[in-house]
Amino acid sequence: MGKHVVILGAGTGGTLAANRLRRALAADVQISVVDQDDDHVYQPGLLFLPFGLTTAEELVRPRPRQLHGAIGYHRSAVDHVDIERHRVFLDDGTLLRYDVLVVATGARLMPEETEGLTGPAWGRSVHTFYDLPGAVALSGALRGFDHGRLVMNVVDLPIKCPVAPLEFCFLADWHFREQGVRDDVEIVYATPLDAAFTKPVAARALSGLLAEKGIRLVTEFNTGEVDADGKLISFDGREIESDLAVVVPAHGGAAWVGRSPGLGDALDFVPADPHTLVSTASPDVFVIGDAAAVPTSKAGSVTHFEGEVLTRNVVRRLTGEPLDASFDGHTNCFIESGFGKALLIDFNYDTEPLPGHFPGTVGLPLLKESRLNHLGKLMFAWLYWHILLPGREMPGIPTAMPTAGKRFPTKEET
Amino acid sequence: MTTKVYAGTEVAVGDDGFFTDPDQWCEDMAPEIAHETGIDELTDRHWQVITFMRHEYKTKGTGPTVRVLGKTSGVSVKELYQLFPKGPAKLAARIAGIPKPRGCI
Repeated sequence: MGKHVVILGAGTGGTLAANRLRRALAADVQISVVDQDDDHVYQPGLLFLPFGLTTAEELVRPRPRQLHGAIGYHRSAVDHVDIERHRVFLDDGTLLRYDVLVVATGARLMPEETEGLTGPAWGRSVHTFYDLPGAVALSGALRGFDHGRLVMNVVDLPIKCPVAPLEFCFLADWHFREQGVRDDVEIVYATPLDAAFTKPVAARALSGLLAEKGIRLVTEFNTGEVDADGKLISFDGREIESDLAVVVPAHGGAAWVGRSPGLGDALDFVPADPHTLVSTASPDVFVIGDAAAVPTSKAGSVTHFEGEVLTRNVVRRLTGEPLDASFDGHTNCFIESGFGKALLIDFNYDTEPLPGHFPGTVGLPLLKESRLNHLGKLMFAWLYWHILLPGREMPGIPTAMPTAGKRFPTKEET
Repeated sequence: MTTKVYAGTEVAVGDDGFFTDPDQWCEDMAPEIAHETGIDELTDRHWQVITFMRHEYKTKGTGPTVRVLGKTSGVSVKELYQLFPKGPAKLAARIAGIPKPRGCI
């Protein structure tokens, strides 16, 4: 009898894994994909929506349509997985047995975890752009906003796309300048980190950019409470008042992970070997994308680069061969900085984002504003639907992080 | 590499005063490190967190974030900030003699 690969989640990771596996596996291996709804959201677009630069209709396509024809699609939420007995229990009562399971249910927003965040001000003067309804509501709130203080706040890490909150500040600066009201709007970026970004070289470049644009940076701000007027209060008692707060809520993995004994960590993310992507809980469970607890960013580019190793390893597990441990944590992010420009950062587990060029000595400038990078970011939407989700290779972009164009710091600089 | 003397023993510490080798730590050192960070007395609640930090480091290879500490240590995030006012994850890691938590990317 043929084997069965079950993929939970039909977002970026689940879709590209399913399509890659369909090509890599013999026809008698059955592939089933499960998701709780049919709406595939192009998440990088959520950043642009509040500023009227895209619309909800442009960002959503049907999930099943992104899957190769010979892949089963089952619409249901997941109740839990029994990793000992290789069984998936779905909310609609269906029981799926698997030989190999791929976890691709991403990250979920947990605003209720912060005291008062979903209180009276939520959806009025406190918003988020991290999901589609939130981004749409924020676009309404921004439309009439022409004076006062706008605060962009990240509650806690990890979050999806850790550069997006910075990009939001840059785009807000641009937006208010275009509206001719920038002098009447104060922009504040409050982060729990001790700098603008996690990695030192990039943090220096990005905090320089914040200062240049007149955006105030507040560091080590751990939001403990949001009061009825939308005031942010940190655990150590500092307060930030605002007229409009844009908050990235705390993230966790999918709730079903927490209901599946032994699978997840304290935040319901799934710990996995960072190089093979096999779950630490079971040799027959693999993890891709935001759902994984591995030390790299939660970003679409990471998910794409993981796709190659994940596919190879699922095939190897089914045929009993040793796993390939070659995933290097490669991450590649465009950072929109407004005015039709963007920066690009490229890094992995071992190398922090550095200046230079990508993917080689001639290419897109790294850690530096340029129009080329902005065009790259816009082009990415097309590549996402037509190259990344079908599970094809990006032309000229290797899975392993390229070092050729990067300027590594000298001993004195480190 | 810098060294420091706690409880009469020389130990290796990194840039921010975090231990680089957790095996060099012993319980007698904790009150002295705590004092440096502005904590005058270590209560049982402090010790619960310190012990938990060392256990987490041993099993996971890095200290937990504040949020994970709040979910798993038996001490709420609010209380953690009362115990270690200037940032529980970092302070507790330093007092517990484990390297600086890697944090998130």
